[in-house]
Amino acid sequence: MTGAAPTPSQTVGPFFDLGFRWLDGSELVPASHPGAIRIEGQVLDGRGDPVPDAVIEIFQADEHGHFPPATATAWRGLGRCLCDESGHYHFVTVKPGSLGGDAAPHIDVSVFARGLLQRLVTRCYFGDEGANADDPLLHGIGGDRASTLLARADQGAYRFDIHLQGAKETAFFAW
Amino acid sequence: MTDTHRAETDRGSLVEPDPPYDWPGYRSTEFRHPNRPLLELPHGPTELHGPVFGDRDVDPLDADLTRHGDGEPLGERIIVSGRLLDDRGHPIAHQMVEVWQANAAGRYAHGVDQHPAPLDPNFIGAGRCLTDAQGGYRFVTIKPGAYPWRNHANAWRPAHIHFSVFGRAFTERLVTQMYFPGDPLFEFDPIFRSVSEGARGRLISAFDLDTTIEEWALGYQFDVVVSGHLATPMVG
Repeated sequence: MTGAAPTPSQTVGPFFDLGFRWLDGSELVPASHPGAIRIEGQVLDGRGDPVPDAVIEIFQADEHGHFPPATATAWRGLGRCLCDESGHYHFVTVKPGSLGGDAAPHIDVSVFARGLLQRLVTRCYFGDEGANADDPLLHGIGGDRASTLLARADQGAYRFDIHLQGAKETAFFAW
Repeated sequence: MTDTHRAETDRGSLVEPDPPYDWPGYRSTEFRHPNRPLLELPHGPTELHGPVFGDRDVDPLDADLTRHGDGEPLGERIIVSGRLLDDRGHPIAHQMVEVWQANAAGRYAHGVDQHPAPLDPNFIGAGRCLTDAQGGYRFVTIKPGAYPWRNHANAWRPAHIHFSVFGRAFTERLVTQMYFPGDPLFEFDPIFRSVSEGARGRLISAFDLDTTIEEWALGYQFDVVVSGHLATPMVG
């Protein structure tokens, strides 16, 4: 057999901030950066209760659609926010530039938490983006489920709540 | 049949060998697991890239967890080393490996941990390093203790070190736990047992005499293999 057997995932457990805190990177750009946007939301469980022991990671292109290491700046594209006691997280970042094809701008999102034996993966799209209408993934999912992937423009920020379970359950992906 | 529907029916093969989200033996999964089928994530540019780390992100001392206090921590000094590989067996160089763990008494240096075992002022239990050109990593630390949790009656976690790796792409991101060989708690631990039986051995480090340093520390080997399906990009 060629290759190697993948290592299985295990939960981050409740004490992940010991290992993760050094890179508590909510700000991918300074708030003063031209075109900076704020994305914020809350992680909720199947009872509607906040999930305080979760960490959200995002990965995305810069405003020109570039990824590391082919970016002109030190852009890493990675954000990590440890949720607060009420399950809230936020990022200050930029809307990704064109990714080619018909794909509307989007950010990849990972959710790690106590009680998640492996991460949950979803995508964050921008609710006020005209290109969403032609995005093949949103189009393929359709309806209410696709709407769970749309961050809603709300008072100068984008609101993107993540429902792990229940009637408002976010659409999650296998990768 | 659309790609989305195909992904839903093939979900089992997509997530194997990873544990299920819904795992009643681990009570915290009850209200945190999705009920709807997972969709297939297209492998576009965002999925096929990943963050890049550099020397400015780490200090060489970060990989020696026994040197983060004023003195030597208590417990059994160990060396944990191995390689970060992709599922074709190729090394992943210059990528971040993060670890965190309990101290020798089974207590985390974390405010939420109320286990009545002593904290060690000389042990925090967090470290990180970049893999070398051959994908290798190496930590010096203290063997963590087992500790109780309230998942069920008389519940104890087998000793473990949390590992977090990024791989080269978003799809290769992995967080797992490394266990020690021969732990009698394996058969009682729902987190360890959430992994299919045939894959559990991949979570257990191997004692290694070549890694062991005479009159100083026992050595354990643990390779981390990430799988991101990079060789077979899916069309979404």
